[in-house]
Amino acid sequence: MLSEASRQKIELLKARYRQPQAVVLAALWMWQDEHGWVSEEGLREVADLLGLPYHHVYGVVTFYTMYNKEPVGRHKIEVCTNVSCMLRNSDRILDHIRKRLEINVGETTPDNRFTLVEAECLGACGGAPAMQIGDEYHENLDPAAVDRILNELK
Amino acid sequence: MTTEDLHELAEKETDRQRQLRDRILYCAAAGCVSCGSHATRDAIKKALKERNLEKEVEVLGTGCMGLCGEGPLVKISSDGSVYERVDEETGRRIVEEHLCEGRKVGAHLIDTSQPFFSSQQKIVLEHCGKINAESIDEYIAAGGYGALARVVTEMQPQDVIEEIRKSGLRGRGGAGYPTGLKWGIVRKAKSEQKYAVCNADEGDPGAFMDRSVLEGDPHRILEGMAIAGYAVGANQGYIYIRAEYPLAIERLKLAIKQAERLGLLGNRIFESDFNFRIDLRIGAGAFVCGEETALLRSIQGRRGRPRPRPPYPSEVGLWGMPTLINNVETYANVAPIINRGSAWFAGIGTPKSTGTKVFALAGAIRNTGLIEVPMGIPLRNIIFDIGGGTPEGTEFKAAQTGGPSGGCIPAEHLDLPVDYESLATVGSIMGSGGLIVMDSTSNMVEVAKYFMDFCMDESCGKCIPCRVGTVHIYGLLDTISRGKGTTDDLALLEELCVMVKETSLCGLGQSASNPVLSTLKFFRHEYTDLLSKPESFVPSVSPDPASAGPADGPAANDGHDSTTHA
Repeated sequence: MLSEASRQKIELLKARYRQPQAVVLAALWMWQDEHGWVSEEGLREVADLLGLPYHHVYGVVTFYTMYNKEPVGRHKIEVCTNVSCMLRNSDRILDHIRKRLEINVGETTPDNRFTLVEAECLGACGGAPAMQIGDEYHENLDPAAVDRILNELK
Repeated sequence: MTTEDLHELAEKETDRQRQLRDRILYCAAAGCVSCGSHATRDAIKKALKERNLEKEVEVLGTGCMGLCGEGPLVKISSDGSVYERVDEETGRRIVEEHLCEGRKVGAHLIDTSQPFFSSQQKIVLEHCGKINAESIDEYIAAGGYGALARVVTEMQPQDVIEEIRKSGLRGRGGAGYPTGLKWGIVRKAKSEQKYAVCNADEGDPGAFMDRSVLEGDPHRILEGMAIAGYAVGANQGYIYIRAEYPLAIERLKLAIKQAERLGLLGNRIFESDFNFRIDLRIGAGAFVCGEETALLRSIQGRRGRPRPRPPYPSEVGLWGMPTLINNVETYANVAPIINRGSAWFAGIGTPKSTGTKVFALAGAIRNTGLIEVPMGIPLRNIIFDIGGGTPEGTEFKAAQTGGPSGGCIPAEHLDLPVDYESLATVGSIMGSGGLIVMDSTSNMVEVAKYFMDFCMDESCGKCIPCRVGTVHIYGLLDTISRGKGTTDDLALLEELCVMVKETSLCGLGQSASNPVLSTLKFFRHEYTDLLSKPESFVPSVSPDPASAGPADGPAANDGHDSTTHA
């Protein structure tokens, strides 16, 4: 279930657009912010609130990569492996994290602490190699810096 | 709010600043924040407090100061000194030595007369690094919203469009369509409802200009959009921004709230009949949404798939209504053109490419960061004077502009002027402003393969040439890069590239082959070397050729007949 505050926000947003369909992306973000990922229950609730068929919401959520379609760990580590970072050895960063956490890209640690994914360009090319954890950017990385950052995350 | 009220606000803020003993500006853009500029700020504030200076000296966060590779950056307002790599200890020393004793902290001081600073000309970025990105008062004190006031109270919409047309401003998203012409088309379209959209779905690898402008000077974009709304007859604006930019989203939200509170957005702006609202629409990770028709579908809550044009969004856009779409940097140029006149703007750059362009320098270059230069500047000046050249011991090999839609420019074209037309003559594009430098250690086949991997992942799958073509091109590149390619593969690669370019539905597919075609044009030998002498292949990660031969490894999905293997 979405919180009452989010439901109210959705009602407000619905009034702002020509069609309630326009609120789908925002509503899915609210669900993900509250639950960490978008479950089938979430898709059904968003569809109901906006008066849309389930398959439309399903179509939207599967198109966009930033919606988590499965549960993720408390910290989602997104390592940029795009070209500017690649030129500055992002492979080494990704390998280091994989070895340290003993998981592959797309997986979550058994203690549910970290999920590791590859990100497309974070627009942090000036500080490549870079990664994003939650809303925080971390740039000019090397393995020691990665260790420091991960040690601080519980 | 009237024009007089605006002037009054500006004066009040200017007075407040004048009464301060000094102002310490720290870069609060994402790059510097990630290397600890908030801790630096706290240390500076603490040091000021210890000396009872906290009321006389203001500490404020600004937009990107440019030299992203050397952050956190700190600037002293009174004498313009800029410090690099300011950690907490250095922050404390700046207060103690520079502010209190008048002695500059030499080891961290940047020479601002160096070409990185002196060769630039800032219009779009003029406020970045100078004003508090979170303060509307500072924006107003710097002349902000003055252009909107003038437009709404003194100018007819047609005159605004004419002014933009005469300035020669062209779309900064990459294609370079004349902005005034586009505005005119939307203006002429007959409809009761029109929209103005800002494309802030900056996704090109290597590009972070728009992010920096939005983080550093968000009001500039709101003002530009409102002027555009007035000119084309729109009363609703949307900023479509990618979700990967949390700080830019936060600053925009705040800026919209501030502008609404002062009546600079909303109903009866400057007590006229002009109403304009701006809402933020946040993407969810789909590169193709930077394509305008896909972006519009995403705003409408659908899968972000492009559609054929025409009709163009200028005539049939959001919910079928005429919709103006411009890029962040394009909007950022609007207020200065109104303030200083089209003739001034047209005098900068070249006759066909007027004004400046912001570039994001990345890759194998000493000074990574954000720069703004007049159009037509030779590429050599950007790479060597401003960028400081490639890292020690390596040689410049190529510069890639336009990301996965662009091409590379080799050393023999270093004197090429950087403008829309010149870049096209060598098979690249201006693009949105990403400029990735490759040095002698870069493997061009790998780079081409890399970009194709990106396009393959980001293809929305709607049209077959792009969906299937990118997979097959990637397969061929993979075969060739592993030393298993034949001359037939190379011929097929070229043929496929041209086919995908000519038959894809939208810009993503149409330009996906560019990096391959361009590297083939200038670095063909890197491809043919891999064909003729497969045993010499050295992947960039491994220094040992013997262990990295082409012999084994699971065959990737090559997408072509296995008999072509060497």
